[in-house]
Amino acid sequence: MDRLIELLPKFWVATGETLYIVGLAMLFGGIAGLVLGLGLYVTRRGSILDNKWVFGTLNFIVNTFRPIPFIIFIAAVQPLARVVVGTGIGNNALTFGLALAATFAISRIVEQNLLTVQPGVIEAARSVGAGPFRIIGTILLPEALGPLILGYTFIFVAVTDMSAVAGLIGGGGLGNFAIQYGYRLFNPVVTWAAVILIIVLIQVVQLVGNRLARAVLRR
Amino acid sequence: MAIIEIADVTKVFPARSKGETPSAALDGVSLTVEKGDVFGIIGYSGAGKSTLVRLINALEQPTSGTVTVNGIEVSALRESQLREVRLGIGMVFQQFNLFGSRTVWGNIEYPLKVAGVPKEQHQARISELLHFVGLVDQAHAYPDQLSGGQKQRVGIARALATSPAILLADEATSALDPETTREVLALLKRVNEEFGVTIVVITHEMEVIRSIAHKVAVMENGRVVERGAVFDIFSDPQAEATKKFVGTVVTSVPEGDALVALRAKHPGRIVTFSFADGNTSQSAVFLTLGESKVGFELVYGGINEVQARTFGHLTLALTGSDAAIDGALDSIRAVATVTEVN
Repeated sequence: MDRLIELLPKFWVATGETLYIVGLAMLFGGIAGLVLGLGLYVTRRGSILDNKWVFGTLNFIVNTFRPIPFIIFIAAVQPLARVVVGTGIGNNALTFGLALAATFAISRIVEQNLLTVQPGVIEAARSVGAGPFRIIGTILLPEALGPLILGYTFIFVAVTDMSAVAGLIGGGGLGNFAIQYGYRLFNPVVTWAAVILIIVLIQVVQLVGNRLARAVLRR
Repeated sequence: MAIIEIADVTKVFPARSKGETPSAALDGVSLTVEKGDVFGIIGYSGAGKSTLVRLINALEQPTSGTVTVNGIEVSALRESQLREVRLGIGMVFQQFNLFGSRTVWGNIEYPLKVAGVPKEQHQARISELLHFVGLVDQAHAYPDQLSGGQKQRVGIARALATSPAILLADEATSALDPETTREVLALLKRVNEEFGVTIVVITHEMEVIRSIAHKVAVMENGRVVERGAVFDIFSDPQAEATKKFVGTVVTSVPEGDALVALRAKHPGRIVTFSFADGNTSQSAVFLTLGESKVGFELVYGGINEVQARTFGHLTLALTGSDAAIDGALDSIRAVATVTEVN
């Protein structure tokens, strides 16, 4: 316990790092994943911008990258991280890798949730003369908003989970803190302090997500 | 004046997977809908009627043939050119297809936004429509708070928002109970009579055709097998499919179990007389039977009303000598259609 108090400044820094890494990864991954998921949805057969080559290509890309375990993925994309964020190690490289992995995961979540929108509703929008891009913005996304919020909440938890491997490429955050100062130094109090904060963080995010989704779905 | 012209249209949907054959939903269909008409298209599921109606607002494009609406060949337009055309054609659906994320107000406003109607005109137009369909109190409700009949009334208001000349109703009452069906049909009838909107009604229920249509086309396996004025189709159906549909709402010549039951009770001759709209005097028929000393008993059938015109099929069990009956029937044939039931 004394050791934890001693480590408290580092603990808060780690907490800030987790919020920074996960927040940015969710922001960039969230936007890119939304675009990719929309791309998958609108180009599938019978959809509003039906195009089997584009769909086939996007589908292949997502299927190729999504199953790679993150601990391997993060090492594999190091060269790309150097090009994009200027470094292959540390929090920024980690954030880049997380955002990229989240993009593929979110694209599938987005695609699945958009598929729950009744095709008849899309047809009704077409029948009044709305074009594909108007339909995406004014019908598709609003109709699927509730499930999309829950999907993003789900991915937030997964990204927080993935961020724990930060130590591998010299990144920080609560996961790394727990491993470095708790697990490796045989101090379960420190480990559990980090674990509990992660649990609290996730509970809060899930609560907010549920509330928002409920408000949007009006139930 | 023809507002919709469908000329020799076929529609083939590609095979869903390899090995399956492509399916022809429409097979050489031609139809003309006159301005101001309520035109019914009836057929069983899979007859191609939903595909046919979607050609009119180009939600589907034909494989061959042409579709002309208001003088514009919509089957030749690209998706991006169709906005104007679709603004002039409203559509209501069996499953209502309301936007769940928008209120009743928002649903009706949507087509106005798409049409680029200035925002300050929305209020007046939407309240006018809400009054017309009787949903003023529900303006700020969401679709999932409404009953089926209310949802369809929102669907109708939404379809009428941009004052289209044509309204397409795709099984608009098939998900509703009989009472609500009557209300929605009455509303569609008002749309036609008060606003002069041409309506194309797709249905599998002959009752819908009888209530509101002026003309009807009967579809089977992607073809139109019969068409004509509703009264003519009801009083004198020709095609087998038409007879089946008419038989669902009109009792004509007894068949099957009804015939067996009749035969058990009446071993003598049974004859059906068919009347249509004043071209036969029933009293003349009965007088002839009486004068020929032929006894008769009304055993089956009835008189029906379509668009304020009547027609009917009356089946009589006749008693008397064969010679007397033959003599009577010969003179009746001059004034009514006579079918001897065996």
